[in-house]
Amino acid sequence: MRPATRLVLLLGWLGYAVIPWYLPDGVSLSQFGWLAGYPFGRAGTAFALALSGTAPWLLPVGVALLAVTLLLGRSESAAVGRTLIWAGLLGMVLFFAQGFAITLQGQGIPWLAALLGGSGAAQGGMGFGAFLTVLSLLLLLCHGLAYRGFCRGDIFTTSSIGIIVLLIGLFIFFPVATILQSALVDQAGAFAPGIFVARLFDSSIWGLGCVTANTNCGVAWNTLILAVLTGVITTLLGLACALLVLRTRMPGKRLMRALTVLPIITPPFVIGLALILLFGRSGVVSGLLYDWFSIPRSRWIYGLPGVLLAQVLAFAPIAFLVLIGVVQGISPSLEEASQTLGAKRWATFRTVTWPLLKPGLANAFLLGFVESMADFGNPLVLGGNFEVLSTKIFFAVVGAAHNQGQAAVLAMVLLVFTLGAFWVQQRWLGGKSYTTVTGKGDSGLPAKLPKPVTFISALVIVPWVALTFVIYVIILMGGFVKTMGRDHTPTLEHYRTGFAVDFSRGLFFEGAAWDSLFTTLKVAAISAPLTAVLGLLTAYLLMRQQFRGRHVLEFTTMLSFAIPGTVLGVAYILAFNVPPVEITGTGLILIIAFVFRNMPVGVRSGIAGLSQIDKSLDEASITLRARSFTTLWRVVLPLLRPALVSALVYSFVRSITSVSAVIFLVSAEYNLATAYIVGRVEAGEFGLAIAYSSVLIVVMAIGIGLIQLGVGERKLGRRSAIPLATSAAQPVK
Amino acid sequence: MQGFQWLRTGVLAALASGAAFAAAPAQAQGALVMYCGVQEEWCRAMSTAFERDTGIKVAMTRKSAGEIYAQLKAESSNPRGDIWWGGTGDPHLQAAEEGLTLEYESPVNKDLHDWALSQWKAAQKRSVGIYAGALGFGFNTQQIKQKGLNEPKCWADLLDPKLKDDVQVADPNSSGTAYNLLATVVQLMGEEKGFDYLKKLHKNVSQYTKSGAAPAKAASLGETAVGIVFIHDAVVFAVQGDPIKAVAPCEGTGYEIGSMSIIKGARNLDNAKKFYDWALTPAAQALAAPAKSYQVPSNKNSTVPPQAPKMSEMKMIDYDFVKYGSSAERTRLLTKWDKEVKALPK
Repeated sequence: MRPATRLVLLLGWLGYAVIPWYLPDGVSLSQFGWLAGYPFGRAGTAFALALSGTAPWLLPVGVALLAVTLLLGRSESAAVGRTLIWAGLLGMVLFFAQGFAITLQGQGIPWLAALLGGSGAAQGGMGFGAFLTVLSLLLLLCHGLAYRGFCRGDIFTTSSIGIIVLLIGLFIFFPVATILQSALVDQAGAFAPGIFVARLFDSSIWGLGCVTANTNCGVAWNTLILAVLTGVITTLLGLACALLVLRTRMPGKRLMRALTVLPIITPPFVIGLALILLFGRSGVVSGLLYDWFSIPRSRWIYGLPGVLLAQVLAFAPIAFLVLIGVVQGISPSLEEASQTLGAKRWATFRTVTWPLLKPGLANAFLLGFVESMADFGNPLVLGGNFEVLSTKIFFAVVGAAHNQGQAAVLAMVLLVFTLGAFWVQQRWLGGKSYTTVTGKGDSGLPAKLPKPVTFISALVIVPWVALTFVIYVIILMGGFVKTMGRDHTPTLEHYRTGFAVDFSRGLFFEGAAWDSLFTTLKVAAISAPLTAVLGLLTAYLLMRQQFRGRHVLEFTTMLSFAIPGTVLGVAYILAFNVPPVEITGTGLILIIAFVFRNMPVGVRSGIAGLSQIDKSLDEASITLRARSFTTLWRVVLPLLRPALVSALVYSFVRSITSVSAVIFLVSAEYNLATAYIVGRVEAGEFGLAIAYSSVLIVVMAIGIGLIQLGVGERKLGRRSAIPLATSAAQPVK
Repeated sequence: MQGFQWLRTGVLAALASGAAFAAAPAQAQGALVMYCGVQEEWCRAMSTAFERDTGIKVAMTRKSAGEIYAQLKAESSNPRGDIWWGGTGDPHLQAAEEGLTLEYESPVNKDLHDWALSQWKAAQKRSVGIYAGALGFGFNTQQIKQKGLNEPKCWADLLDPKLKDDVQVADPNSSGTAYNLLATVVQLMGEEKGFDYLKKLHKNVSQYTKSGAAPAKAASLGETAVGIVFIHDAVVFAVQGDPIKAVAPCEGTGYEIGSMSIIKGARNLDNAKKFYDWALTPAAQALAAPAKSYQVPSNKNSTVPPQAPKMSEMKMIDYDFVKYGSSAERTRLLTKWDKEVKALPK
């Protein structure tokens, strides 16, 4: 048996026999009253509780550990592997069976509880002991698989796959299944498949009123049209921007980079709000147009055009972030070869650069498409009578109709769309190779852009950057004037309400916004690295390891991205408010929600990055007898720095700006900035909302700067021309 | 070597995911978990005042009434909250109907207005009225003048063709305010004529908003000429000095009863009851006006804020909360509205 397996076994016994199994109320690390009666009572260990007869259903779990302990002295063999697999598997099955069967009084699965010897019993939420035990059982199973030769016998690989599968199962599949199950249930809670069909084919979802008559189209069509438009436009804008920044000598590139990334770090509602102040019927621009050209003030901003504009402003930078990594990664040698062979700039661009951009473009489109579908803030503010699925789901849950079943059906439609896009993208990219970062020396110079491409890019980008700039002026000003759009007397009142600090008796954070700001930062700072690690690890496994169910795993990671935030929020409450995993009302549920919601971005950027890195680099490392982990750490990760940056930045920012997923999960103790801002907007206090948003923007900018500084730049060892490449080598701002 | 590396990865992984099981919700003694359904400032004033008066630590979360209802339903097998204070009465009634809240009779009940007690009776003692707000509309004075219209005073005035695409009201499917309008019109004019009115109004409605109070904000900014809202929502902007005027329609109008319920399964039941009794006292109800909330308080001895719409001077209908608060009637009316009004071409 390998030493690592012994260690895992030790971990299991620690969780089973030493650390409290459950999670009693009032756990704290400074007062130990909750430990009373240890190792029995509320803070008892599984070992003591099982043997004393208080919780006999925990006994079989210990037997599984014992079975492995008996093998301690044996050397590694397929037979030992088989025992590990069976012990781990059966142990986990029994672990989850007792967890779900025996929960609160009067719930759970009675027949299973009776079978396990816990008929009529109740138990609380699982704690740290239970967690260590199940982790140990899982790892034993994975080690067993490695002993039997899975994944070239590499325990790091099998264990990583095991952990990721378990986490995704517990925090994506389980809650999603919980809520989708409610699609089959009528308002009174009875099982009714008929109502599911009626809900699914409702004309409010699929109606074609906008084509056949002068009414609104079904919400599914609206969503689809909006998402496709947003996906296409954001991808093109992002590409134009990336090409201009990396491949031309355009002036003002630094400013442009900063401005294009600003919308990402802007809390939702704010762009919509600014657009209303600019283009609304009494907006600044509408007023000027009326005064100068007698163009009548209208309400065009409310509906598809407004939402589209806001989404493009908000999501094009994401496409930019994805594509800048891809453009950077394209090997200049290929382009140089093309030019050496006599191709014109345009031919080189069309036949070499463009095809190499395809995976990046597909990823950027997919992100824009999915983002648009999941977006909640912009349709809420600017939607008018233009309804999309995400808002309809939200109001199906919280609106006057309170129809959770309808929400679940709408969520399923949304899921099908998102996953469909994912499937199409897979088909399009097929099995082609896009590898350009190889171990071979690569010292080419990036080709210059063809003139028409430069011209069109600049033509599109300049007005867009100007618009972004104006919007931020409005947002910045909004915090410092009394009422934006009406009374422009300068004031610091909004900042004082939110962020006053009292120094009279030491440091006291008096402002109303401090609590939520601190919680938000804590949650974001914890969840961002977790998201990045989990995401990149998953991407590595998907791209570089062969195992059965790889496609299923890839598909599943996209699932949580496709689930709209509102649905995820409700699903988390339904799933995690009761034992075995009882974590609602804690800061933890916020962290978990963010990690699993943002993980797909880590996976996507990891995949995009890895598809450019030649496999022979890892193979060389493996051939030199490095283990998977060493290869990942020393070879792959340094080359993945751009992907790591975008994963970290994205998840950090998203944890701060997301609304819909957390609006159900915030509690009195753990309130978040966005939930607070939404409240201010609802109360019509735009001044404070905008002031708070400005503060968040500054905070996020600092955070992103720190991430850049900490991760550093990928060194590709390419020759650089002066002075072009000095700016090309700048990190993403 | 390999063991060491494995240790490092294992510990990292354990920390990463293990945190998931580590922290427990704080359930300190002498605490109260309050779900608050009115605007933030008022919520905060209530919770800090109660803390100061009783020494009980209040953990307050502010959400819309619909969100709170959805949360209670989701948490029903293991409730987290103790008291649900504020928010329009319908979701409170629905929660009562589904047994999510607890029966309680406060000693302060004898001092309450009849409408507050009728909510209590309608909810089978599970919910009580804490404030009332009349339905009406707010109009932007500048816009109405520009259009050369007289100031609208009645429901009928909103059908003026000059107001085409210049009226906003929320969608009754998403907003309690708009459902209140639907029920009010049906009770005021009778079902057939009421729906006729709504069909005609549909031609003038530029947008059915999601949130009930949004039309007031839109009218104050001039994004719409008229917004149909609870009058107190429009008064907030008028007090700020925006060009908006609140109107109680001449034909008569309905009203909402903001309510309070004790959550069934409350972990701090005694404190919830203490809060319940305290929140009905004139002292507690006086906290509304300084927090820019101008509803009419439910205790007869409470002072009515001067900015509050005078309910006594308005023509109020006898709103049947039992009938129109029930799930069956609500679903029927909403389905009918979807089919006959919202589906109409403009």
